[in-house]
Amino acid sequence: MRLAEAFRRRPLLIAYICAGDPSPEATVGIAELLARAGADVVELGLPHSDPIADGPVIQAAAQRAIDAGMNTDLYFEVASTIRANVPLVFMGYYNMVYQRGLDRFACDCGASGITGLIVPDLPPEEAGSLRAACRRADLDLISLVAPNTPAERIPYIAESSSGFLYLVARAGVTGARSEVLQSTKALIERVDTELPKAVGFGISTPEQAAEVIRAGADGAIVGSACVDLISRSDLVGLEELIRGMKAAIGEARPIEAAARI
Amino acid sequence: MKITDASMTRFGRFGGRFVPETLMQPLKELAEAYGRLKEDAGFMEELTSLLTDYAGRPTPLYLARALSRELGRKVYLKREDLVHGGAHKLNNVLGQALVAKAMGKTRLIAETGAGQHGVASAMVGANLGLETEVYMGEVDIERQKMNVYRMELLGAKVIPVRSGSKTLKDAINEAMRDWAGSYETTHYLMGTVAGPHPYPLMVRELQSVIGTEAREQILVAEGRLPDSIAACVGGGSNAMGIFSGFLKDDVKLVAVEAGGRGITSGRKIADHGACLNFGEEGVLHGAMTKILQDPYGQILESYSLAAGLDYPGVGPELAHLAEVGRVTPAVADDETALLGLRRLSVLEGIIPALESSHAVGYALRNPDALGEVSIINLSGRGDKDLATVMEHEGRVGR
Repeated sequence: MRLAEAFRRRPLLIAYICAGDPSPEATVGIAELLARAGADVVELGLPHSDPIADGPVIQAAAQRAIDAGMNTDLYFEVASTIRANVPLVFMGYYNMVYQRGLDRFACDCGASGITGLIVPDLPPEEAGSLRAACRRADLDLISLVAPNTPAERIPYIAESSSGFLYLVARAGVTGARSEVLQSTKALIERVDTELPKAVGFGISTPEQAAEVIRAGADGAIVGSACVDLISRSDLVGLEELIRGMKAAIGEARPIEAAARI
Repeated sequence: MKITDASMTRFGRFGGRFVPETLMQPLKELAEAYGRLKEDAGFMEELTSLLTDYAGRPTPLYLARALSRELGRKVYLKREDLVHGGAHKLNNVLGQALVAKAMGKTRLIAETGAGQHGVASAMVGANLGLETEVYMGEVDIERQKMNVYRMELLGAKVIPVRSGSKTLKDAINEAMRDWAGSYETTHYLMGTVAGPHPYPLMVRELQSVIGTEAREQILVAEGRLPDSIAACVGGGSNAMGIFSGFLKDDVKLVAVEAGGRGITSGRKIADHGACLNFGEEGVLHGAMTKILQDPYGQILESYSLAAGLDYPGVGPELAHLAEVGRVTPAVADDETALLGLRRLSVLEGIIPALESSHAVGYALRNPDALGEVSIINLSGRGDKDLATVMEHEGRVGR
């Protein structure tokens, strides 16, 4: 499914997992569980040895996945095996994409059911070639906006993005935080774009997800909290978390069909 | 110092800024501040004064008579081992710390492998009154206990890095993660010509004092330019520092990389650190450059007896200069470096750092590659390496 189609009914919940943690086979079941429990989009992370945007929880998951034999070939096998009626989005570092070859990577995404890419270490300045490859393969390339992104830069980033715009909730790296910052709400407010806005980094509870939706976000992204539960083999807890978050964002703002995509 | 357009982020195909959006603004602010300050007479005066009175510059260009006799040609040593702290690292640290101060930052963070850049950062942090925290891999902390103690004595905090391979590359990752959350008060003091723009440019310019001095000195001593210059390359800051003075001249520039225990690689570990020679194009620590990686793009751990050359990447400008043929990549393995260390100690009464010993060893093994007059950049002194050398000797049963 395409992201545009998914965002016709918003707000929505986006869940991240690290492919290959604890094993490539397990990832298929976990992704399907996320979709069943209410995740509207599944972000499937490709583990990298040097994940500079990630905090300790996702770093450790990446290390476990690599140790369990995860690689890019297996990643696409896993993605194509997942049976879930939600968009699958690739999340991973640029060197992994670059080594496969941009067009080959985009092609493999298309063939395995992935419809969008998030590459956190690829700012728009460096993204020209990958954007062209994504366009050729009819994929979305999602750009990120950070709390310290100057106002005049936001339209430039939004212009280079498709599918949705990823709002980084706070400075620093991925990982659970205790509260939603005022600056996050300010960011949601000051980003003026026709693209749907989804907020991630530090969102780990139903309350936090509800808060960013109330502040005007179209989607809430949960990552480290999922990865943490998976690392403790707590799939019951994972299902509960997703159900709870989905319910909370639905209460924060009734799900509606968007007037315009 | 050479003036360069601060908006330029590339060296040919290499360089750039492959970083999370959170770091884009801090990098732009740094590039702008540095670009402005290097044109500021007051700032340059302060830097020059510290380089002179605190670091001990200029360093001599020393004609190594015994080494020259042994090789049958004139070999000069650029004595960066005489810089305060025992290595060229201080040149860069002084410049960046002054930039940080001028930007109103109160805290420095740095990465370190062997500890030399960490020690230089700790020294300057103490000298300029900036809180200093140094990220260091747990494995390196174990290998370099004395440098950890030196940093602590200088008032810096050493933060153990337990992620990934627990060495230099992971210390850089951790420093970048810290900076993404702390840039408002903190300057990330990168120790080499790697990383995202403006670091490769800024660190090269701050180290270019080596090449500027060497060029003047060799012209006085010989009345001509040298035929060649050899420098060891890990990230490449001492090499770019001296090479930058001779890029437009007809002087052969030899980048001697760590051959380690051989040019083979395992699944996760390479047995060397020779990215210009055997690396492939890819992105590491925010720059497109030559790196050691597996076919999927996972970064390999590098290996060298010299911790300062134990890095799976190399500065993007060096990758460019090697590609266009301006810099000649070469390799010296552990044993060649040890030969360099021993011979220079006995011949000249100078114990070179294991890193610099790679350039010395290369010269000993390949004298014909040097020409009639050459300069070796002696980037650091070897005191820090004695334990490593002793242990190595014990292991090979000498």
